[in-house]
Amino acid sequence: MTLLLRGGTVVGPTATHIADVLIRDGRIAAVGQNLDATGAEIIDASGCWVGPALVDIHTHLREPGREEAETIESGANAGVLGGYGALVAMPNTEPALDNVALVSYALAQGAKTRLDVAVAGAITVGRQGESLAPIAEMAALGVRLFTDDGTGVQNPAVMRRALQYAAPLGVRLAQHCEDEALAAGGVMNEGAVSARLGLVGRPALAEELMVMRDIELLRTTGGRLHFLHLSTARSLALVQAAKAQGLDVTSEIAPHHFILSEESCEGFDAHFKVHPPLRTPSDVLALRAALLDGGVDAVATDHAPHAPELKDLPFDEAPAGMLGLEHAAALTLEVLRDDPVAFFQVLSRGPARIAQLRAIDNAPDGSAHGGDVVAGEVANLVVLDPHERWYVDKNALASRATNTPYHGRELHGKVRATIVRGRLVMNEGELQ
Amino acid sequence: MLSLAVASSSVKKGESLRDTIATVDALGIDAVVLRHKSSGAAVQVSRFVPHVRVINGGDGLHQHPTQGLLDVFTVRQILANRAGALGSETGGELFKGLKVLIVGDIRHSRVARSDIAAYTALGAEVRVAAPGTLLPSDLTGWPVTVVENFEEALAWADVIGLLRLQQERGTGAFVPSLSEFTATFGLTTERAAVLDPTTIILHPGPMNRGVEIDSLVADRDNAFMTRQVTNGVPVRMAVLYLSIAGSKELA
Repeated sequence: MTLLLRGGTVVGPTATHIADVLIRDGRIAAVGQNLDATGAEIIDASGCWVGPALVDIHTHLREPGREEAETIESGANAGVLGGYGALVAMPNTEPALDNVALVSYALAQGAKTRLDVAVAGAITVGRQGESLAPIAEMAALGVRLFTDDGTGVQNPAVMRRALQYAAPLGVRLAQHCEDEALAAGGVMNEGAVSARLGLVGRPALAEELMVMRDIELLRTTGGRLHFLHLSTARSLALVQAAKAQGLDVTSEIAPHHFILSEESCEGFDAHFKVHPPLRTPSDVLALRAALLDGGVDAVATDHAPHAPELKDLPFDEAPAGMLGLEHAAALTLEVLRDDPVAFFQVLSRGPARIAQLRAIDNAPDGSAHGGDVVAGEVANLVVLDPHERWYVDKNALASRATNTPYHGRELHGKVRATIVRGRLVMNEGELQ
Repeated sequence: MLSLAVASSSVKKGESLRDTIATVDALGIDAVVLRHKSSGAAVQVSRFVPHVRVINGGDGLHQHPTQGLLDVFTVRQILANRAGALGSETGGELFKGLKVLIVGDIRHSRVARSDIAAYTALGAEVRVAAPGTLLPSDLTGWPVTVVENFEEALAWADVIGLLRLQQERGTGAFVPSLSEFTATFGLTTERAAVLDPTTIILHPGPMNRGVEIDSLVADRDNAFMTRQVTNGVPVRMAVLYLSIAGSKELA
């Protein structure tokens, strides 16, 4: 298959320029002006950004165990519609991805989809936070991220042991920072709104204390640590300070934490329930500022499908989490519409570095992600119109679940085409 | 009138709130009175069946509107009676500057949230007294002040609203012991001795005698718990009548 992306704004790691991009045999064959399109399928990219396909390092694909909410295939389809070329599947499935057999199953299912599926393995057996999972065996399968996400590793002795064990393996641990003792029973951010609504709160302190704890643990163990879905101004500042001190820490924020605030919980609609919870408007502003000034390494969706009947439960009984894959790009554009370089940094190049999916990380089989848009690179690309107006419709999603908090929201910016390993897998909203 | 108790309904079999209310709605109802252990349940139900009048009969820790209404109705009745008038004649004027003290588990109390809204809407001044752990995590925006000296606040108050210590909500873990709560924030016989004889004492029930309030105090003439219960009937009748009839004019 030969593809020509005609006349788009090509977004490199540091600058943009307008050019054609010719794709042949899975790779970028040429980037330049007025390229010969003989025999190529032509995609008009004028007015669009052409950059590396997006990479989500925080996707809950629910398979095995909760296939009524999402499967690896349906999640992958949601991903390519959202402009993603690679997803990292979180291990909090049922059972948890905590051994070679289950990781192999998820990788095999992922290999049948339209995009690249990497897997994050569990840090502890069954995500119980007690004994270490076979991290080295899973690493031998290519697993580069390990997490008990859903909850954090609560016991500091276990977390220290995991960091010590992981450090020489070259893999990165990723922590869901919330001290469950402090967050106990909480269903939204603790503060004036939760007090008024009579909902039990999850304090910001529950997140920040674990961020502090893990930074100090990492200082003694060495190794690499990623902080998942940071949601408060203080958490971001703590991780930035640790990074400035030379620790190998990385961070991600989720769109819902910089788009929505705790005030969304006023109507007791469980679609707005998520862990960590939606925070205060001033936290939202701090997260947006971090996006603008490079204060975070990645935007990650925390795509968390749940069956509709579960989100119809009372707020305190409903499961936490919301969909993200199909709208993350447009939501991030709300902050970064004027900065395509920063946009692809947080949605593709940054996350690819964290998950070690780049060419220089020895990504397998020419499936490198987050690269430059130059001849020779693997053609994992996205074409997106940063201005096109559309509306979120929960009934028109590729996800099996419908639990988006954005139903009816007007978005500006839409993914026009997604190309994975040189193949056009999504074009104008249609799976190919 | 259709009464549905969780213990005898499909809720016990794992039926969702949406399905339960859809089933009841299918029987042809005009209004539903919902009491639910989850905050916000009534708001959710009103979204599920927008054509049905939903009356919140108490939702989790959030609101208990009819209790708030019947509490201020009771206070107005007592004050009007003392002034030699009918409550309907005095309206809300007797609440201007009225000093109301609410004591106990504010944090976990839907009654406190509705009472505070009702009293302050009518012009009363509300103070709250509780151990630090039983105050809401953040009182920003609440039209109340927290008292520093409980004994002084008791002497200050025209109305004292006690709240039940909700042991079934795990309140036990928020205070060292029930006896310590009684020693620090209970309306004991000794503390009640300093009260003005006209001070109105209210409690939404059921009372934990010996915990929030001594039996001797609960049985004083100026304790109006049974009046509260009695007034619950006409107040709730009025709520049903007005909401189903749709307008005051029709009533």
